[in-house]
Amino acid sequence: MLRVENIFKTFFPGTINEKRALQGMDLHLKPRDFVTVIGGNGAGKSTMLNAIAGAFPIDKGHIIIDGEDLTKKAEHKRAKYIGRVFQDPMLGTAAGMMIEENLAIAARRGKTPGLSWSFSDAQHDYFRELLKELDLGLEDRMTAKVGLLSGGQRQALTLLMATLKKPKLLLLDEHTAALDPKTAEKVLALTDKIVKRDQLTTLMITHNMRDALRFGNRLIMLHNGRVIIDVEGAQKASLDIPDLLEMFEKASGGDAVASDCMLLG
Amino acid sequence: MLDLLIPTIAQGLLWAVMALGVYITFRVLDIADLTVEGSFPLGAATAAAMLSAGYGIISSLVVVALVGMLAGIVTGVLHTKMKIPALLAGILTMSALYSVNLRIMGKANISLLGVDTTFSIVRNLLGLNSGQTTLLVGAVATGLIGFLLYWFFGTEIGAAIRATGFNQQMIRAQGVDTDVTIVLGLLLSNSLVAVSGALVAQSNGFADVGMGTGTIVIGLASVIIGEVLFGTRSFKNCMISVILGSVVYRIVIAVVLQMGMPPNDLKLFTSVLVAFALSLPLIKSKLGMRKAGR
Repeated sequence: MLRVENIFKTFFPGTINEKRALQGMDLHLKPRDFVTVIGGNGAGKSTMLNAIAGAFPIDKGHIIIDGEDLTKKAEHKRAKYIGRVFQDPMLGTAAGMMIEENLAIAARRGKTPGLSWSFSDAQHDYFRELLKELDLGLEDRMTAKVGLLSGGQRQALTLLMATLKKPKLLLLDEHTAALDPKTAEKVLALTDKIVKRDQLTTLMITHNMRDALRFGNRLIMLHNGRVIIDVEGAQKASLDIPDLLEMFEKASGGDAVASDCMLLG
Repeated sequence: MLDLLIPTIAQGLLWAVMALGVYITFRVLDIADLTVEGSFPLGAATAAAMLSAGYGIISSLVVVALVGMLAGIVTGVLHTKMKIPALLAGILTMSALYSVNLRIMGKANISLLGVDTTFSIVRNLLGLNSGQTTLLVGAVATGLIGFLLYWFFGTEIGAAIRATGFNQQMIRAQGVDTDVTIVLGLLLSNSLVAVSGALVAQSNGFADVGMGTGTIVIGLASVIIGEVLFGTRSFKNCMISVILGSVVYRIVIAVVLQMGMPPNDLKLFTSVLVAFALSLPLIKSKLGMRKAGR
């Protein structure tokens, strides 16, 4: 499904700020894999997701979805295959536009916009049903501007938008990190429901080890721009946090204790 | 006073076309585009040169709209493809247009005395006086353009341009090329500004290479006055607000001139007005904080 083959990315090469974010990363996803991604600060989690989404060109390697090499394709061209939810709830929606308009834009993700009216009555009822399922009362506020919503509501809406037109790949970049624990839990439950219902191939970054173990059928851990742990199925299900930390110690050659934020998670 | 009112409102409507253009860049795209300082006289120069060479008013208007688009495309490409900051890209085009406008006119100004213009033709056709003619042409132009903009920004492309102004990351993730939407917005904006320049030149009876100075400030003044007085509830509401804002601005100017302000101080007055209006949100929050602290 997704093949990330030996990709490299260095930011600010040749300067004092040089950062080797990805160093020969390999990752193959099978269809319907729900993969949670963990790793310390600077391990390359977000860089990997952004490289797959095409936010910047990579230095070396290939990114292939369903046999199509996307390495040289611009970000907006890859959007046809990829749904995304960002860490910052502000990034996924257009604040000054109505909920309905945002959904209409998402409904034609990857399609070149034309000169027909941007949202229709026919879509209205469909959007209403989808919003009702979120159980946030948004179905009665479809003409409200998105900027009026709370962070959690915006993130739930972004998730709905990312999956409205079924993506081949769903990328979730710590999408609950900016939310309070209760709202985060709600958005995570919603994520799990949608991913399972639509059988989406998903990469979900989380800084929370418990969540990484709780969700998905597969778990990877990144370190220094590479995948150092990759477990799935029954093996993943049997793990607990101490196991994970021990595996990390071993795999990273003991050169670093798992960062605070990993432990605290 | 009353006999001044109709020409003042009429002037406001002609300039409102420019203000709508500024609204597209400043509010919709969230870019302060200085190209307008060059595209306004560009429209004036093109119309004056073509009309005095004997071309018709329709063909002149079409060419004016096209050269305005071209100016917007240049700024857009400099900004999106060459990665020059929007403000600087606009300044570059604006400065270059000064030379272009001189080339188009062949001299610093062209008088349209005795030349058939949109206004002289309408006046003769309907037997109106000069103020009524300008009012009619202005009302038709702003009405038509306002309606077209309302329609366009409600379409899929229009929605993509608006979303670009709010959140480029979001609309790219939805598969839209933001370079294209930014260029489209700039092109549309500068086309309107050029058309406005052409109308104002024909109404004044001359085109001058220096007539663009302060265009952006007048445009901003109209947008802000309109928003404050007439609201921003919906896109339609915004269009109407900008048009009325331009009219109110002209009335304010006429009043202060009547009260004895020297015309040379006009641009200073307008800049102070806009600076004050733009800092209103900050002043308000500061005052609010002081109140809360008490």
